[in-house]
Amino acid sequence: MILVLYRLDGIQPNAGPAAAIPRAARRSAETPATPRAAAGNTSAADTVDPVVTYLDHAATTPMLPEAIESMTARLRELGNPSSLHAVGRHARRVVEESREIIAEAFGARPSEVVFTSGGTEADNLAVKGIFWARRAADPARNRVLASEVEHHAVMDAVHWLEDHEGARVDWIPVDERGRVRPEALLEAMGSGDDVALATVMWANNEVGTVQPVAELAAAARERGVPLHIDAVQAAGTLPVRFAASGAQALTLTGHKLGGPLGVGALLLAKPKEPVFLDPVPLLHGGGQERDVRSGTLDAPAIAGFAAAVQATVAQREAEAQRLTELRDRLIEAVRAAVPDAILNGDPVDRLPGNAHFSFPGCEGDALLMLLDARGIACSTGSACSAGVSQPSHVLMAMGTGADRARGSLRFTLGHTSTEADVKALADAIGPVVERARRAGLG
Amino acid sequence: MRVLAAMSGGVDSAVAAARAAEAGHDVTGVHMALSSNPQSYRTGARGCCTLEDSRDARRAADVIGIPFYVWDLAERFHRDVVEDFVSEYAAGRTPNPCLRCNEKIKFAALLDRAMALGFDAVCTGHYARLDAAGPAPVLRRGVDAGKDQSYVLAVCTPEQLAHALFPLGDTSKADIRREAERRGLQVADKPDSHDICFIADGDTRGFLAERLGAAPGPIVDTDGNEVGEHEGAYAYTIGQRKGLRIGTPAPDGRPRYVLDISPVTNTVTVGPRESLDVTEIVGERPVWLSDVRGGPFDCEVQLRAHGEVYPCTAEADGDRLRVRLAAPARGVAPGQAAVLYDGDRVLASATITDTARVPA
Repeated sequence: MILVLYRLDGIQPNAGPAAAIPRAARRSAETPATPRAAAGNTSAADTVDPVVTYLDHAATTPMLPEAIESMTARLRELGNPSSLHAVGRHARRVVEESREIIAEAFGARPSEVVFTSGGTEADNLAVKGIFWARRAADPARNRVLASEVEHHAVMDAVHWLEDHEGARVDWIPVDERGRVRPEALLEAMGSGDDVALATVMWANNEVGTVQPVAELAAAARERGVPLHIDAVQAAGTLPVRFAASGAQALTLTGHKLGGPLGVGALLLAKPKEPVFLDPVPLLHGGGQERDVRSGTLDAPAIAGFAAAVQATVAQREAEAQRLTELRDRLIEAVRAAVPDAILNGDPVDRLPGNAHFSFPGCEGDALLMLLDARGIACSTGSACSAGVSQPSHVLMAMGTGADRARGSLRFTLGHTSTEADVKALADAIGPVVERARRAGLG
Repeated sequence: MRVLAAMSGGVDSAVAAARAAEAGHDVTGVHMALSSNPQSYRTGARGCCTLEDSRDARRAADVIGIPFYVWDLAERFHRDVVEDFVSEYAAGRTPNPCLRCNEKIKFAALLDRAMALGFDAVCTGHYARLDAAGPAPVLRRGVDAGKDQSYVLAVCTPEQLAHALFPLGDTSKADIRREAERRGLQVADKPDSHDICFIADGDTRGFLAERLGAAPGPIVDTDGNEVGEHEGAYAYTIGQRKGLRIGTPAPDGRPRYVLDISPVTNTVTVGPRESLDVTEIVGERPVWLSDVRGGPFDCEVQLRAHGEVYPCTAEADGDRLRVRLAAPARGVAPGQAAVLYDGDRVLASATITDTARVPA
């Protein structure tokens, strides 16, 4: 079934703008690329099996048919959105219509949407850019506040500011459910005069805990501190409204809500001195996006992103309800099979599709491998580029201890998830945990 | 069989995994992450423990078409190999960390975990032949004499070897590279790994000094005369000639070699080359890979990796192994393994504890 979603053929080139495409470009655009022949043996291991039980939607979720259609149609079209001729104007129109769709879906103005290459770039632009801008305006603002459970895209950007820009950093603690208390933010801000920015995620990517964003934003506003919110995980299933949130910057990405990989946006309030200034750019060049982000706009990806946002937001409430019910049945099924499994995160205020467990006496890596061998895809929490899995900083901040952190798995549901996925996990998890316990904690 | 292929990121383990898969086994590739700080290990083509090696291993698994995972064995590796390496040197012995890694990590920590998770065997890219058809596994040298690794595998017990697979033992390294090329494995021309993977810059003496601190002491000759000073006796190996920095030349003007290291008195003894000759070797913790236990029996012994082979008579002496050489061997270092062979076949191994020169 997932394979069907990836089929790209059968989509006809858009008749109108295609006429403007030079002959050679059109031919190559219409000729389907032949997949590169594998160097040696064919690789069967990594093709997406249609019977796979995909429980890793928080890593990435299949593209929605609407997004694939919109994006592939635009891939056949020519045009740099910054060009001044008809072809360029057409591409510009695609981008601006997409911008309006995304702005409306998230309660922002179109001029507040800054397209980026994804969530990581948006997070870096917000954290570093706002820090640089605010400190340039007043050198006393040298402090960054961030929650202890931020995604690496925020956390490592903050560490970088500490190591290379002399920023002073205060990490705001969380409780055992992974929640940042607004009082803790207030306390960390002090008068707020020396704070460049505060950054707290809307919902946690590992344990799914939803933060009290309205209260956090009110606290930041009270001290005149700009707030950045990473809403990458929240955007598809929670009512994310930028203006109403009170944040000055908010990160979105396409591929977590059914859009393509490689495109995202930073929602960015209009500068309002002295509290908020446009971030200093990370990427210098043509100044395409409000002069804070340069680079030729990827009109096809942006169109796919907007189509996914439109489709997702239109069904958001009903889908969130469906996922919550499915998720609760998944939690029940896991607990029935493994009575001592511990649900991490907030039992109520959590992302609809997120179930995160610790399995005492097991190694998360072993569980993942055993489930993978049975066609069930999940995650040990946060992927680690180094290969060596460090205990999750999120779970450590929640005070779980290293062993419980090492034996944890994240199951995340999304738009293609069904009862059959829950059933598959329910059947497998008992024997898998039993097997992994024999291998112990290494 | 369900086979776990240990994949270092090098050409040998990649071809071994491919051969195991081709033989019809259900193979899963696993790269062992051996450092929680991979940057501190040898980087690039020469190592086996870096991020680049992990990517190479993953890519090889893609091409072979097998699942692939990274397992974190950093804690066990640090404790059983790195710390063991340091404490062995501190005790005046010369450890072989590759051998220890086979004994404690690949065919212990990794194998145990694999078995618990439902695998039947661990496959590696070692150059050795293993015949597990009979009642007890028979370990033989690889056919490529230059690459033969039976020496560093001889510490494995029959129980460990019963769950091992060495698909490369019947092939030369040159042919393995050609085969890797033919299979489309990008690592086909990746240089061989040398030296010790956890010493990033190859400076063993510096690595030990950092961990054991400076401990200056005397260098003496066989008559007890002080002829120089050292920064730490742990930095020396029996038979070493280079880097002794002795001010006073020997009376006869001939080069001097490390004859003995005494951690208790922090003394390094040097002397002429012939004083390195030994004819009797005692080893501890013997592992028997044949039924010729007890003895005495005639065989050959190898005393270091890729070292010479000496005709000898061996016999069990309680929980020790006693080896008498037909002709003297030179520079035998406690801490290394004495591996007994009958032609190609490994009979037994033991860790060298004492050596002596018994006049003929």
